[in-house]
Amino acid sequence: MSERPVQQRVRLRSITPEGAYHRLVLDAGQVARTAQPGQFVALSVGGADSAMLLRRCFSIAGRREGGIELLIAARGKGSTWLTQRRPGTSLDVIGPLGGPFPPAPRRAGVVLVGGGYGAAPLLWFAEELIARGRAASTVQLVLGAASQDRLAGVEQARALGAGVHVTTDDGSAGIAGRVTAAVPAALAAARREAPRESRPAPGSAPAAGSGSAETAGPPVEVYACGPMAMLRAVSEVAAEHGSPTWCAVEESMACGVGVCMTCVLPIRGADGVVRNLRTCTDGPTFDARAIVWDQIPSLTGGSR
Amino acid sequence: MSAGERAEGTAGEVSGVDMTTHLGTLELPNPVLTASGCSAAGRELDPFLDVAGLGAVVTKSIARAARPGRATPRMAETPSGMLNSIGLQGPGIEAFLAKDVPWLRERGARAVVSIAGGDAAEFAELAGRLAELGPEGGISALEVNISCPNVANRGLVFACDPAASTQVIAGVVEVVAGRLPVLAKLSPDVTDIVEIARACLDAGADGLAMINTTLGMVIDTDTLRPVLAGITGGLSGPAIRPIAVRCIYQVHAAMRAGALRPAPIVGIGGVRTGLDALQLVAAGACAVQVGTATFNDPSAPERVLGELRHALAERGFARFVDAIGRAHD
Repeated sequence: MSERPVQQRVRLRSITPEGAYHRLVLDAGQVARTAQPGQFVALSVGGADSAMLLRRCFSIAGRREGGIELLIAARGKGSTWLTQRRPGTSLDVIGPLGGPFPPAPRRAGVVLVGGGYGAAPLLWFAEELIARGRAASTVQLVLGAASQDRLAGVEQARALGAGVHVTTDDGSAGIAGRVTAAVPAALAAARREAPRESRPAPGSAPAAGSGSAETAGPPVEVYACGPMAMLRAVSEVAAEHGSPTWCAVEESMACGVGVCMTCVLPIRGADGVVRNLRTCTDGPTFDARAIVWDQIPSLTGGSR
Repeated sequence: MSAGERAEGTAGEVSGVDMTTHLGTLELPNPVLTASGCSAAGRELDPFLDVAGLGAVVTKSIARAARPGRATPRMAETPSGMLNSIGLQGPGIEAFLAKDVPWLRERGARAVVSIAGGDAAEFAELAGRLAELGPEGGISALEVNISCPNVANRGLVFACDPAASTQVIAGVVEVVAGRLPVLAKLSPDVTDIVEIARACLDAGADGLAMINTTLGMVIDTDTLRPVLAGITGGLSGPAIRPIAVRCIYQVHAAMRAGALRPAPIVGIGGVRTGLDALQLVAAGACAVQVGTATFNDPSAPERVLGELRHALAERGFARFVDAIGRAHD
């Protein structure tokens, strides 16, 4: 964790419907001060006597005038409670939690793949990359969802000047299909737009699969946020094109601060040993090559 | 509000109550502890509270070797509670001694170390290692977790069988040889908890910690399959508080009646507020652990301490110890 998290009682500044989601702005000044893209917050839900004991964790979608933005889908009782709050409501927030997205090499192209509201932290990441001087065209966003109302950040991405690739499962917007259908084109665009002087020096280690016409040229790094099956599929397509993928996972957490051990994923360390790492404090972003996908019960149909 | 602000606010208002308590030979400045499995080894809670200000930090159960724990999903939220099936994931005793104990010492926290073994020999080995360090080495007491429901063979929860409890506790007590207080952690999933308490005390335990989680289960109504990969899990949180109060009351009543050797009881189960803690104390607990509430509010142990002190002052208590077992008067 880059900065110590704080626990704050904060005011809900605004809440706005956005497609199938709600955008919340919290007056969480202490959290906003050190938050970086890729980090998350944990909110308590239901009030002091709530029967819902566990906090709900959400990626930070941006910083706004001393506050933080969250994009929330009403999925269960807790998130529904949050989306029904009115401005002025007091909320208990802990953050920033987890580590930020690993920095993209300055000369690499960047492909950001967001499934549904998983796009939210990636949009903030794109905004920061561009604000720090990266050409917007080197940032390619793939935004996918089940249907048009579940897409997030499309207008925001276009306003940034980044490349935008849209997919929907039902074909109601963009390419009909999964995000993986658009990933090769996004990789190609990012590679085309990346600064040419970054071509690896002769003799330097080539990326896996490099040498083909498709993967020759500047490196491209992929960042993906969404359901586990999507992360796996994206990382496989990216690997076929010689690009590594950083996966921001959303495992369910009981505490968010590293105590409860419920949010673990099997991760292979540099020493080759697979360990159940906490996605809250050791993540939530992992190198796809380190994730032991075949040992994740939700992907393999469960262990029972 | 920061943890610091909170601590000042509560201390200033009601400084008059002496919160000192004892677990056998161990004196604690106050009776509020973290609960095993709900505070790791303290470090993760450091941003939210002062670990040295608590009665003690009770660490997650430590075993001889590193354990990977169970598959996911490991957790399900339930009304006013949660089910967990972690399977005692942990780094093993060596890493614990190398990394966690020095940190707790440096912070000035009192450490009650929870130990978990697959058999009596493993418990005794772990107890021996920790007793060797002793209070000077940063260990204040041992909590012997004979009641974890998430072990490989669920038929063998030691604390469900008096003979198995006796065997484990006797082995630990022998090797510790009085160097540390030994607490036996009991399961509520028994017909007669007084019988198990007696087995542990007769085997030489200095005190009892009760209760561990109670075994539960949740089924996903879409898939019609159990939610947890481990199928069953331990239920914790305010939902089980009445069970904890009942268990503590029964055991303390048996002590008062002369049916059981008097010994300190550390109350555990669903404490979220100072008044919750007071219920366990009035039932007979001389200290209280805050567990699952910490997931909701990582500063909960410190907050509960302030609220308990306030509640005692409001009720005219000058000393915490005078409230212990008051429900029996």
